[in-house]
Amino acid sequence: MTANENTVTKKKKRSFADRWNGLPGWSRFFWIMGGVIFLFYLPELGNIPGTNLEIPGLGFLRTDVGVGGSDWDSILFRCAVFVLIALGLNVVVGLAGLLDLGYVGFFAIGAYSVALFGSQQSPVVKLLRANFDLAPDWALAWSWCILLAIVLTMFSGVLLGWPTLRLRGDYLAIVTLGFGEIIRIIARNSTITGGPDGITAIPGPEGAPNAQNKYFSILDQKWWYWLALVAVLVVILAVRRLENSRVGRSWLAIREDEDAAAVMGVHGFKFKLWAFAIGAAIGGLSGLLFASQQAFIDPSQFNVNLSILFVAMVVVGGAGNMAGAALGAILLTYLPERLRSLGALEFLPERFQDPAEFRYLLFGLAMVVVMILRPQGLLPSKRRARELKDRAQEVPVNG
Amino acid sequence: MNFDALFDHIGQHTVDGLAKGAIYALVALGYTLVYGVLRLINFAHSEVFMVGTFAVMWTWIGIGAGNTPSIGIAILLLVLGGLVGAAASGGTAVLVELVAYRHLRRKNAPSLVFLITAIGVSLSLTEIFGIFTGNGERKIQGMPTILNQSIAIDFLGVEITNLQLIVLAAAFLMMIGLDQFINKTRYGRGVRAVAQNPDTAALMGVNKDRVIVLIFALGGLMAGVAAVLWNMRYGFTRFDIGFVIGLKAFTAAVLGGIGNLRGALVGGLLLGVIEVYFATLTASKWEDVFAFIVLVVVLMFRPTGLLGESLGRARA
Repeated sequence: MTANENTVTKKKKRSFADRWNGLPGWSRFFWIMGGVIFLFYLPELGNIPGTNLEIPGLGFLRTDVGVGGSDWDSILFRCAVFVLIALGLNVVVGLAGLLDLGYVGFFAIGAYSVALFGSQQSPVVKLLRANFDLAPDWALAWSWCILLAIVLTMFSGVLLGWPTLRLRGDYLAIVTLGFGEIIRIIARNSTITGGPDGITAIPGPEGAPNAQNKYFSILDQKWWYWLALVAVLVVILAVRRLENSRVGRSWLAIREDEDAAAVMGVHGFKFKLWAFAIGAAIGGLSGLLFASQQAFIDPSQFNVNLSILFVAMVVVGGAGNMAGAALGAILLTYLPERLRSLGALEFLPERFQDPAEFRYLLFGLAMVVVMILRPQGLLPSKRRARELKDRAQEVPVNG
Repeated sequence: MNFDALFDHIGQHTVDGLAKGAIYALVALGYTLVYGVLRLINFAHSEVFMVGTFAVMWTWIGIGAGNTPSIGIAILLLVLGGLVGAAASGGTAVLVELVAYRHLRRKNAPSLVFLITAIGVSLSLTEIFGIFTGNGERKIQGMPTILNQSIAIDFLGVEITNLQLIVLAAAFLMMIGLDQFINKTRYGRGVRAVAQNPDTAALMGVNKDRVIVLIFALGGLMAGVAAVLWNMRYGFTRFDIGFVIGLKAFTAAVLGGIGNLRGALVGGLLLGVIEVYFATLTASKWEDVFAFIVLVVVLMFRPTGLLGESLGRARA
């Protein structure tokens, strides 16, 4: 009897996705709006805005409660930027199945395009002023820098993809790895990029960084978080549209079997190049936000390990699923900080208490463990999980 | 572009490049062996080399070697270092295969999963050595100088130092040994069979898993010898030296034709030589960029490399 009951309950148990899809349209809209409002509320987490009242329990999630915690708004901003990166890389790794280990290169190009063309201190701006008879305080407006960053990163994505995307996938990984490093070496060795000293006074939406700025100041990071959040939401909407379009279907087809896709008339190279360019543009956008908020960048901020960290975010969270990639990014950024502010790391020797010290090791190990035990990631895309399971059944002779 | 500097001493630069390339070639063999059999780029191989350099360094410091000992002791230290390095690197390579790759092969995972695992292993190994050695300062770690550099041969104005001579001789010896092993012995035949067609080889009674462990061990062994040569020549190591050496060795393997043992030697030596030429022509701070450009150009125009890909040789 119990066995029978079990089967009945099993049948009734529906996955979250099924239940979600079963909701009426107005209900889904209500939930999404609620979620978005909650995301915008996050900087105030635990407090009711406009009052001194506190919501018990919620404040526990903040990173600035314990001793030595980090500023909550900056952590939120960093999470949002990393989510943006994960969404961009998810297009390349998760949807099109191309392993891009040089994503930090695009992130750096985005950061440097706002730094080099927007900052009063940049050698490029000074050069342009001297040669083109411009006003002495001329620099490219921040809003134009966004466009420039996207155009430049897309262009560099195509430039890198053109020679390499025709090749087998594993070559792509190592070439992109080299590319990420090259960008850093160029930034370090050229004089035009400010060399190892980097570039200061990178503008934000309100122009050059200034303590008098009303919203986007260095002291209050809340508006930076909201700005990044808006970017994340826009990218989510755009990528969702792409996923369900002809382009998105072509990416999935290429990922699962490129030869079969080619037979069906999918132009592999063209769509891979698109994935690369779109991924690069999102990476550039996140680099721009990062540089604007920091107001200062130098080449050492863009080392190769960061690229691998980005890949870890996507694959640990669940490649091919935007929610998964975002979850990976949040876990990777938020957890080490929260653990530190809890004092949970105090049993470790002092130099291991800085999350930066052991973060890479933890996520290197996480990548290996996840790939062996749950290759589809924590929050997988359904299709991808099926694909992996299907492959596991066609084990070759003598394994 | 400083052409005079290059052509006035072209012979000297060639010798310098060959000695540099010999180390690339030895590391490249690891990539080539694994790729030839498994069609997998073992990203963790650069760390296999790095572990070797640390093992050799600890051995030398552990037995209390001083700077520039007498020639007999120096040779003893080099041989001992070679054995320890080969054992450490070979062991690491086999461990990586057993811990990480074997499970994935059982599940017939797509190559993306293999690559990500390899990256994870590589990152973990780098970080373990970065955090737990040298007080976690992540700095260069020096070691005793085993041999003083001196000119051994002076041939028509081309000076070959004793270090270069040892590096070249050791690299060639290892290469010939490996080539003979793969082409002449029973085990080597097994490796070639699996490289040609894994399923058929398995049906013919070749133990595929054992062959795979063997190629990881061989690749690690070569990296270990490269590690002792590196330590002798440069006298330092660091937790992240694997990255640049790995990228260059991989370029060498692709240049010669990945999966082809002799190709790895040709590719390594050639890369070393053109790298030295390039460094002489331009500012040497762009040297690391150059290897990467070579890689992209080779992949664009001749992705199968100079000698073509084949470990099994008979692949049509």
